[in-house]
Amino acid sequence: MLVEVRNLTIRFGSRTVVDDVSFTLDSGQRLGIIGESGSGKTLTSLALIGLLPETASVTGSVLFEGKELIGASDRELSTLRGNSIGMVFQEPLTALNPLMRVGKQISLPLRTHRGMNKRASLQRATELCARVGLPDPERIVRSYPHQLSGGQRQRIGLAIALACSPRLLIADEPTTALDVTVQKEVLALIEGLVREEGSALVFVSHDLPVVSSMTDRVAVMNQGRVVELADINTLFSRASHEYSRMLVRTARQSDEGLTALTTGARR
Amino acid sequence: MKFNRTLIIGVSFVGFSLFLALLSLIWTPFDPLEINPDVSLSRPSATHWFGTDENGRDILSNIIVGSRATLLTGVSAVAICMIVGVSIGIATAISPRWVESPAVFGIDIVLALPTVLFAIVLAAVYGPSTLTAIVAIGIALSASVAQVTRREVNVVLLADYVTAARSSGSGTWRIVRKHILPNIRSSLFVQASGACAIAILAESTLSYLGLGTTPPAPSWGRMMASLQQFLLIDPIYPLWPGLAIVITVLGFNLLGDGLREALDPTLRAAEEASTTDGLRTTATSQTKQEGSR
Repeated sequence: MLVEVRNLTIRFGSRTVVDDVSFTLDSGQRLGIIGESGSGKTLTSLALIGLLPETASVTGSVLFEGKELIGASDRELSTLRGNSIGMVFQEPLTALNPLMRVGKQISLPLRTHRGMNKRASLQRATELCARVGLPDPERIVRSYPHQLSGGQRQRIGLAIALACSPRLLIADEPTTALDVTVQKEVLALIEGLVREEGSALVFVSHDLPVVSSMTDRVAVMNQGRVVELADINTLFSRASHEYSRMLVRTARQSDEGLTALTTGARR
Repeated sequence: MKFNRTLIIGVSFVGFSLFLALLSLIWTPFDPLEINPDVSLSRPSATHWFGTDENGRDILSNIIVGSRATLLTGVSAVAICMIVGVSIGIATAISPRWVESPAVFGIDIVLALPTVLFAIVLAAVYGPSTLTAIVAIGIALSASVAQVTRREVNVVLLADYVTAARSSGSGTWRIVRKHILPNIRSSLFVQASGACAIAILAESTLSYLGLGTTPPAPSWGRMMASLQQFLLIDPIYPLWPGLAIVITVLGFNLLGDGLREALDPTLRAAEEASTTDGLRTTATSQTKQEGSR
């Protein structure tokens, strides 16, 4: 078992934001976490990499390869972060240091975890840029974030997350901030890379169609609880919880609406 | 970095004071300490451009040499307050809450002490000297530097790229070095420049009160104090040290404002977007390609 979350509960003061969440993930598996803003999906994903805010009080357990992450020291966690666990963030602009060349930002985890020297890590960063589909990687590694487009920045974020070939990739709404056309490319890229690396994927989103295209299993979260944990197919054919039925219905409706629009236009 | 008018004026004023200090090491019109009762309180003339004081000492020579004490105090005090203040500011910002709260309380207490009053107390205890003034001003200013630095660091700590850096395994020390310091750098420059202006004003005040630089070393503040008694004879006498202080303090203030404008990353990014040189043009066309794909 790669990841085992048991009875994870996160509180801020008296407010419970994640309530008794349990799920498991085997290596190479892809799990979606879906829910609206404030449903606790992002906090759950942050708990998987030990990045919960200091002010949160956490109970329960998160095991990564049998190692307890809740209550682990920063030093223990930083040997896992970026090495065994990678993370891609929602905002590609703000997730990159504006004053550091992107090549250096990609090479830092390699220097931390792989002990590479400056030159070797920068060489590897250039290869990674090419791997995430960035044209002219030699020039890209020398640019600053503001000189790149949103899609390009998110590819850089992906290159950083995958630099050390992590066994788990966490993607927190990685395409929400992107144009629809760019979204598709980035999603296809994530899917391809995860498959090549054999990494497990936790994909957090509020968008059911996107989640269903990226993952095999979905945890539906509502008000801090996992209300349903099911295969994609099961969820679409016979969702048991009212909230997940509503999600499926809405996804179908917008899909039908789109079909009607396009056929109407053809006529 | 683009030079704006404020910055240029600030740099030239500060540069002028620096020039005087350097010049004083190799040349002055007269020996600043030479007493010559024959020419006491002479008006500005071809021989004594700024006139002479009650003991016949050349005022211009004293102004030139006085810049040394002023700049030395200013720069050393700022060095102290930046090192102490920035370290405390960063340390309190990254430490857990139970350390941060009492530390912030301590900073607030030091902030409540007026700089000059604190310096007067120190001078009373340890005796007036340039060193006492430097230490007193340095400590008093470090509280405000620490406070501003802590706020700046807290903003950077909330940034996604710090979370992203932690998510890729960077430890606290690396985050401070690679992410926090570069991103608060411009604010530090601005703070240092502003602190310099305050420090120089404080040094002049202390010397004026007889608690700063000790005689015989010339100092603008003390010249001000001794020459003001002749204000009713001719206001030109205290005008010179006053002008010297005003130009230097104004220079550092303008330098700070100019730096703030020149180093503001949001302004700079907007500017770069409109610039059309090699790399940036290709980067922009790259962006367009990406968008249209």
